[in-house]
Amino acid sequence: MALTFQQFLFYAFAAVLVGAALGVITARNPVHSVLYLVLAFFTSAALWLLMEAEFLALTLVLVYVGAVMVLFLFVVMMLDIDLAALRAGFTRYLPLGLVVAALIVWEMASVLGPARFGPGRVAAPAPHGAGYSNTKALGETLYTQHLYAFEVAALILLVAIVAAIALTLRRRPDTRRQDPARQVRVRRRDRVRLVRMAPERRPAPAASEPGGRTGTEEA
Amino acid sequence: MVPLSHYLILSAVLFCIAVAGVFLNRKNVIVLLMAIELMLLAVNTNFVAFSRYLGDTTGQVFVFFVLTVAAAEAAIGLAILVVLFRNRRSINVDDLDRMKG
Repeated sequence: MALTFQQFLFYAFAAVLVGAALGVITARNPVHSVLYLVLAFFTSAALWLLMEAEFLALTLVLVYVGAVMVLFLFVVMMLDIDLAALRAGFTRYLPLGLVVAALIVWEMASVLGPARFGPGRVAAPAPHGAGYSNTKALGETLYTQHLYAFEVAALILLVAIVAAIALTLRRRPDTRRQDPARQVRVRRRDRVRLVRMAPERRPAPAASEPGGRTGTEEA
Repeated sequence: MVPLSHYLILSAVLFCIAVAGVFLNRKNVIVLLMAIELMLLAVNTNFVAFSRYLGDTTGQVFVFFVLTVAAAEAAIGLAILVVLFRNRRSINVDDLDRMKG
């Protein structure tokens, strides 16, 4: 059976995606894991494009690869971690992990396989026309039926911002910083003291130097 | 056209690789977080596939919200990780026993 171009793309991206996911969980260095995860997200975005979910595919690349993965990369590179201790037990748990994963794959494939979701059961949808806008369709659904959920999502992001800042902000007592309240509250008499004293007598004028210096510097 | 079952089985495989990652890297919190991201990616792929093949945009709206929550989760998780490393100088799960759980 000859592959159409779309099927060829699907199998190619699926192979890359599975390989990248295996790289994420087996890479020795966490930096490599993050980079494999970036590859997995990119490949998933391509698969979503194949499913004509253009807006979400681009959002995945922009938001996920551009922001979340870069955050991961920052944190991984910032922490100085002992890799050998973290790798301990990898081979010990390898058989168990493989058995559990294979079991779940077998179970899911038997339920989700072609017998129930194959081409005979779920017909392939017709591709959208040239004037179809996925972003517009998504926006029309999002801002009418799901407006409340949208606002709750905004609240969740706000809570996440506050939580992340509150967790990582640290007060260091040894840093020198300005305290504007104390600066404003200061009175003149705390800083300046006027004393009454006899006038100083100016010394006799010396011969003036060529540079034009006046003799007022001496005490 | 690629049948729906192919997408479903692909995301099942992806999810199971992430589950295996949780088993294999149970000491490293960073890789655990990344495995959770992989699971969410598999779930999102399922949502997009069903949304496309059933002709309903709501599935894609749900992916939108899952992405939002996943971004919040990653931000807070990494913040906790940074605080943890600052206090214990380690991200090994075995060292995190102060609460005697």
